[in-house]
Amino acid sequence: MDWIVSVVAATIGYAAPVLYASLGEIISERAGVLNLGLEGVMLIGAVTGYITAVESGSLALAILATMLAGMLTGLVYAVLTVTLQTNQVVSGLALVTVGTGLSGFFGKPYTAVTGLEGFKNLAIPGLSQIPVLGPMLFKQNVMVYALYILVPLIYVFLYKTRPGLKLRALGENPGALDAAGMNVFGMRYLYVILGNAIVALGGAYFTLAYIPGWQDSITAGKGWIAAALVIFSSWNPAMATVGALIFGGVEVLGLRLQVLFPNIGIPTYFISMLPYVATVLVLILSTGSFRKHRKPGPAALGAFYDREAR
Amino acid sequence: MKIRFEKREKLHPVWKLLNPVICIVLALLACSFLVIAIGKDPVAAYGKLFSGGFGSAKKLSESILQAIPLMFCALGVSISFKMSINNIGAEGQYVMGAMAATGVALFCPWIPHALVIPAMIIAGFAAGALWAMLAVIPKAFWNVNETIITLMFNYVALLFVDFLLFGAWRDTSLNLNYSPAYPEYAMLPKVFGTRINSAIYIAIIAAVCIYLFFDKTTRGYQIRVIGSSVRAASYAGMNIRTNILIVMLFSGGLAGLAGVAQASGAVGRLQQNFANGTGYTAIIVAYLSKFNPFTVLIVSILFSGLSYGSVATQLVGVPDQVGVVIQGAILIFVLGGEIFSRNRLIITRREKETALAKKGATK
Repeated sequence: MDWIVSVVAATIGYAAPVLYASLGEIISERAGVLNLGLEGVMLIGAVTGYITAVESGSLALAILATMLAGMLTGLVYAVLTVTLQTNQVVSGLALVTVGTGLSGFFGKPYTAVTGLEGFKNLAIPGLSQIPVLGPMLFKQNVMVYALYILVPLIYVFLYKTRPGLKLRALGENPGALDAAGMNVFGMRYLYVILGNAIVALGGAYFTLAYIPGWQDSITAGKGWIAAALVIFSSWNPAMATVGALIFGGVEVLGLRLQVLFPNIGIPTYFISMLPYVATVLVLILSTGSFRKHRKPGPAALGAFYDREAR
Repeated sequence: MKIRFEKREKLHPVWKLLNPVICIVLALLACSFLVIAIGKDPVAAYGKLFSGGFGSAKKLSESILQAIPLMFCALGVSISFKMSINNIGAEGQYVMGAMAATGVALFCPWIPHALVIPAMIIAGFAAGALWAMLAVIPKAFWNVNETIITLMFNYVALLFVDFLLFGAWRDTSLNLNYSPAYPEYAMLPKVFGTRINSAIYIAIIAAVCIYLFFDKTTRGYQIRVIGSSVRAASYAGMNIRTNILIVMLFSGGLAGLAGVAQASGAVGRLQQNFANGTGYTAIIVAYLSKFNPFTVLIVSILFSGLSYGSVATQLVGVPDQVGVVIQGAILIFVLGGEIFSRNRLIITRREKETALAKKGATK
């Protein structure tokens, strides 16, 4: 039982950064803007958070700086895709390249810096005493607790509020919003910037909560996995949570089974492949044309809005 | 003040030429602020960057040598992008090609020595092609988006090669994650006393073939049509599935050849982190070249010079990642600049606008 509890608790920890990135991407894709640059944004968030934390000693400031850096990438991305109408797939790749380069550039002096405290696991008094569930859910770090609030918040916003309805319409039929006198461009800017701020937090999770420290490309493809999760989730934050937990579980189980049965002799390399292989399988199973009820993405996703072509 | 875009009929040829130059200059300018931000001198850094990449015949030939795998990857990427297949898995296809070549070079002693290099080339092409085709089977059969899947295959390929290098293929006499060195007969001959290897001829031939394929053959025409509209193509009776597989066969095969060229032409063994991001740089190169195979060859040399030269920037205290940032920035400026070649920028002043509006009101 203890083993199961610890596996679930670790799973939540592994799922958190991917979930942050997925949530941010859901917001941006719901607004009709495809951002495949998650990996780059996460890296920028990761390095910004780490440098700020090391230099200022304040984790709160680090989170603030991370979000600001994420918003800045969002602004650049919105200028490119919304105003300058660039190809969104290639722009996303450009963002990955720039993010990888920039994070390595500024992070270089910090690769050897260790000893940052980072976010520690905090047991919530009372709640953590609940048998089984308590130690699973309420002995986590602050960044995980923030997700407990963020996921329902985004869910309610998307499906139960008027601005959320407009956000969904923005990705389905921007022309209708424009006809109703709303500012399609301004709203897309807003949501891309907001989305990227959340994505950047996913990166900071690696350097502030996971194992405090910085190294090049520390996110190791998690940004891409998050992009796949968004498709799997049908752009729904609740489903994205389920998806992120499955991935976290695959990673944790791979590691734990190896510890439990060292004699099976599955090399670590194959266990490290699991999340990537799982991503491929999940994408095929959730979006393959053999599915009868295949949920399409936002209708206007990936297309720039051209008023003249309306 | 109001800014709007108006469609442009044709772009003046001078602008067409100037466009990339402006983008490169803007990217360099933007990145110079980064160098200033870390308190270093951008002029000194760029001086080192360019002299390190292109400064002498020796440096230039080294840049060309390093450009060879980039050329193959970018040629491969550009044919898939021409059909709007976002193959971003060149990195993994490259590594698979290098792995297959290494397998032939080191572990197939029964092949006559004279045939080892041809066998490596075939094996490398086949391995890259298979890896690429495997990644698009979901696309071809169930219309699953290929972008993320091709990328996921990169991580799997890299981990698999790591598995070999840390285990069965490891050179136990060294304390590094290297395979044993290739025998002499498995090394590609050099071009006239330089370190550049003869794989560059294959790259040039491949570029010519790609050009002829798209320009002169029915299949090439079909692929271009599918690239601009899948619906139109399938309505015209073209077989999308076959074409996807064919395109990926060559796209991945070419990336696989990059692995052969690098392993058997430059490094002489398989190492960890062998591709080192070349497969990703290739996407930028392909896009900047507008998928034209000859432009790909030239832009590859430019980009490999930027990477190779950026090592020298460390001498003036600037991290070598500045090379990658510049490459990414060039792409961003090129992407952002495209709208200006498609459209004319119209800026109208507010007063004029209100005056016009008043005129309309009195009418």
